Amino acid sequence: MTSPLLTVNGLNSFYGRAHILADVDLQVGAGEVVALMGRNGAGKSTTFRSIMGLVEQRRGALSFGGADISTAEPFEIARLGLGYVPEDRRIFTELTVMENLEVGRQPARAGSPTWTPERLFDLFPNLAEMRDRPGGRMSGGEQQMLTIARTLMGNPRMILLDEPSEGLAPRIVEMMANAIVALKSQGLTVMLCEQNLHFAALVSDRAYVIEKGRIRYQGTMAALQADDEVRRAYLTM
Amino acid sequence: MAALVVESLVKSFGGVRAVKGTSFTVDRGELLALIGPNGAGKTTTFNMVGGQLHPDSGSVKLEGRELVGLTPRAIWRMGVGRTFQITATYPSMTVAENVQMVLLSHHKRLLGWWTPAARQFRAEALELLARVGMAVQADRPSSVLAYGDLKRLELAMALANEPRLLLMDEPTAGMAPRERVELMALTADLVRERGIAVLFTEHDMDVVFAHAHRIVVMNRGEIIADGTPDAVRNDPHVQEVYLGSGAMFHGEPQGKAVVS
Amino acid sequence: MGFYVTQFMSGLAQAATLFLVASGLSIIFGVTRIVNFAHGSFYMLGAYMAYTVSDVVGGFAGFWGGIVAAALAAGVIGVVMEMVLLRRLYRSPELFQLLATFGVVLVIQDLALTIWGPEDLLGPRAPGLEGRVRILGQAFPQYDVFLIVLGPVVLALLLLLFKWTRWGTLVRAATQDREMTGALGVNERRLFTSVLFVGCALAGLGGALQVPREAVNLQMDVSMVVEAFVVVVVGGMGSLMGAFLAALLIGQLQAFGILIFPQITLVLVFLVMAVVLVVRPYGLLGKPPAAARGAAHAPEAPLRPAGLPAKLFGVAVLAVLLLLPVVAGQYALVVLTETLVLVLFAASLHFMMGPGGMVSFGHAAYFGLGAYAAGLLTKHMDGGMLAGLVTAPVLGGLGALLFGWFCVRLSGVYLAMLTLAFAQIVWSVAFQWTAVTGGDNGILGVWPAPWASAKWVYYYLTLAVVTGAVLMLRRAIFAPFGYAMRAGRDSPLRSEAIGMDVRRLQWLAFTAAGAMAGLAGGLYAYAKGSVFPTFLSVPASVDALVMVLMGGVQTIAGPLVGAAVFHGLETEVVRYTDFWRLILGGIIILLVLAFPKGIAGAADAWFGSGRSAEGRA
Repeated sequence: MTSPLLTVNGLNSFYGRAHILADVDLQVGAGEVVALMGRNGAGKSTTFRSIMGLVEQRRGALSFGGADISTAEPFEIARLGLGYVPEDRRIFTELTVMENLEVGRQPARAGSPTWTPERLFDLFPNLAEMRDRPGGRMSGGEQQMLTIARTLMGNPRMILLDEPSEGLAPRIVEMMANAIVALKSQGLTVMLCEQNLHFAALVSDRAYVIEKGRIRYQGTMAALQADDEVRRAYLTM
Repeated sequence: MAALVVESLVKSFGGVRAVKGTSFTVDRGELLALIGPNGAGKTTTFNMVGGQLHPDSGSVKLEGRELVGLTPRAIWRMGVGRTFQITATYPSMTVAENVQMVLLSHHKRLLGWWTPAARQFRAEALELLARVGMAVQADRPSSVLAYGDLKRLELAMALANEPRLLLMDEPTAGMAPRERVELMALTADLVRERGIAVLFTEHDMDVVFAHAHRIVVMNRGEIIADGTPDAVRNDPHVQEVYLGSGAMFHGEPQGKAVVS
Repeated sequence: MGFYVTQFMSGLAQAATLFLVASGLSIIFGVTRIVNFAHGSFYMLGAYMAYTVSDVVGGFAGFWGGIVAAALAAGVIGVVMEMVLLRRLYRSPELFQLLATFGVVLVIQDLALTIWGPEDLLGPRAPGLEGRVRILGQAFPQYDVFLIVLGPVVLALLLLLFKWTRWGTLVRAATQDREMTGALGVNERRLFTSVLFVGCALAGLGGALQVPREAVNLQMDVSMVVEAFVVVVVGGMGSLMGAFLAALLIGQLQAFGILIFPQITLVLVFLVMAVVLVVRPYGLLGKPPAAARGAAHAPEAPLRPAGLPAKLFGVAVLAVLLLLPVVAGQYALVVLTETLVLVLFAASLHFMMGPGGMVSFGHAAYFGLGAYAAGLLTKHMDGGMLAGLVTAPVLGGLGALLFGWFCVRLSGVYLAMLTLAFAQIVWSVAFQWTAVTGGDNGILGVWPAPWASAKWVYYYLTLAVVTGAVLMLRRAIFAPFGYAMRAGRDSPLRSEAIGMDVRRLQWLAFTAAGAMAGLAGGLYAYAKGSVFPTFLSVPASVDALVMVLMGGVQTIAGPLVGAAVFHGLETEVVRYTDFWRLILGGIIILLVLAFPKGIAGAADAWFGSGRSAEGRA
């Protein structure tokens, strides 16, 4: 790994008095696809939300592309080129596909791919046929594609993908995997939360395993797959 | 014997036929999985059985009695329990109180003005919670539960009125792999013990193939397959519209072959 | 014929103003989810500021420049309100924001009084549009023609703004999910501020344009905010087209209502609103509200029976209340008696608002019905006090039974507006049916029975009844009925799925709350010795709401604390200063900022009692 794009040091997050994340350290290098694995409630989504500044009570040293984002607002972090695709998609159901994309639009950025609706329709051909359809009248799979496309409109250098395979038909999950690999080949850095090891293994270079708010394991995806003990202890496939 | 008999259900929304004449049966003690692509008509079918939607035509019979035309309330009182895709519990109550609420409704005690609710049916509630492994958490606020535990709580709530049919909408959505297996194993045990019929929808094929006794596959409002897990898994039509290459479930991933 | 045509056109002109104000209200609500009670105040400020500019500068430039300046200034004041106040409250319970804007209403009223004085101000005619056109032989003001044209023009501009500009798209996105909008790189804080600017500027514009048509006065704010609410709700929250149609409808109702039923124009408006909401629960063009994301509140903690310290504290308070007459003077006893009555009034509102999840903007209707039950019994049937105190909850309960049947078919702000509509109808009946109710003069001589006529005796009677009633409400909250209410509020989906008839439960809760408010009204009538229509007016309903919100909706003790603090403040502040609104409003705003969970809620968090020991996992 060369100079990391995203660095998280000693991240602690709280909801009320509940201590959700304890001293989480993470690094993601430019161009990598890294999986954050763990059981439900282990702290995966909270990690992503904390990185994006969406958790009010957080502390720790976070930097992205050399900029300190420890106390930055979500919109400032997004404007630095860190995109976020939430777990439950959160499409603007009243807005059309094109309008959803417009909300995500940000100026082009040196060093990361520049996206237009037309280029995104090449990546997700299903969306091209429903430009003016309201987000609320799309199927789950189509919404998942739209939520990724919407984030890409910000021309991010890196995206955080929270559970991209959740609730989707197996065939659509395969399409998602293909899309992520295609994005990687264009130089996009990706970090994804996943419970589906099949999916994570297909797309990721490295993995972190989180359990009860702490990072318990890190290594290459191949090493994780080979390590029965870790898988049994934290992932239990 | 068939506990649930669904016959020729039809439902349209604004001229679009969402369900085009669905028929299937579920036996007592049987776990029937209803699977298919997003938007195939699974949820619509589900809601017609539960009474949230009224079919344009067709019939739903529970042990010989017609359910079509009844309210969800009446259907529940006839013995149909339900869990939701996104858990629906009472966050302002403790775990035990959530179950007590169901028991109070089952015993028609909701209008009581005097005896504190927390003291009524507590023993029964604790027993149900023990059955799903939640007894130790009985007095925690349900708003602080981990998602997997909320699902267990929902299961206990669904069992509280001794249902004959259990409707489970994506019961393992949002759960970790081991929790999924545990929850479905628990469900299977309870179903066998009590002779309950279960109709569930699910996207996790590991869960479906491991626990369903029979599988019905829907696509574009129609049933395209109805059979044992093995038969469905090997059905080329089902593979084409829904299952894909199989890389996303059963056993180890198949390298990076699907990635073009 | 010509007369009717000009009357129709006059209704259209009125509709234009209504639409301007209502569209601003609708836009602000859509994005911020804040029910901006101060919206009428911006309308009033717009009128005053336009008057002043026109007065100082004079002429064509002064008039038209004044209108533009007033609109911009109202927008800027809206921005200040957002940045100083509302911004800190986006994560507070929804109604807390309403409470804060109510504080702003009070502050602006006193400021306007100080700056512009109490007299009505008559503005100039619009330069360039002073004349009249003849329509079918009838003279019609040119200025009104201008307004009739302006309404659709503003509608078209707003629709274009929201549909075709990036700002509009972002606003619509933020309306649905503000957190996600921020995570996509949109500075949602600035977006909200800009929305407040646009919304308040529209209100200011509406007020400024009204200067040539009616005298500028200090009552413009509340009357307009109520009408604007009606328009927004009838049209459907968040629908500009709906607001426009509703403004046309209400404008015509007012224009022709004056001719046909001059007495009950207001009732007519509310009656139409009630009919629209019963037929279309989300207004003419409204859709069921999608749950807005990104403003999650901490869940309410489970109910715990009072621990020993809390019980001891309760006993201590009761002991103090029992001993007070020994030391308190006559005046203090009167204030204490009234406070106790208001405690019951607030507790009854809390019962339906807290566990029941039904917010009422018109709870005074049932309080007033109780008071009138006592008053009418005394006046027409020579009934005694005990008969009055029995009839009061019965009449309050019957009123709630009737109105509640309609109200529980709706939810949220729509339900609240329907309660307001019914309260206005009851108020109008009390106000207009002079033969029976005495109208504005009220009913006098409603005194307690001779044995209870001493202040201290009546105080003890009130203390006994209120304590009993409050304990009964508390008992019900812990009983299955209260649990069922909370179940229906927490998850209607789950509740229906476990065989509960949520609507019927809500109806019963609504009725019980009405009966208890009626009882409080009865007690109040005998304490005051008289009954007036003001007992069931909008300000009385707002008082109850403020008391509950001040105390905190999520705690049972909240309304008790809120009523005591509010009434105490009101009484004391009025005694010592002319600027009571300014001070009361300021205190409300400070309290809201200091205790975003209510006074009792804050105390609860400090002293713990284990209720909030567990956060969210």
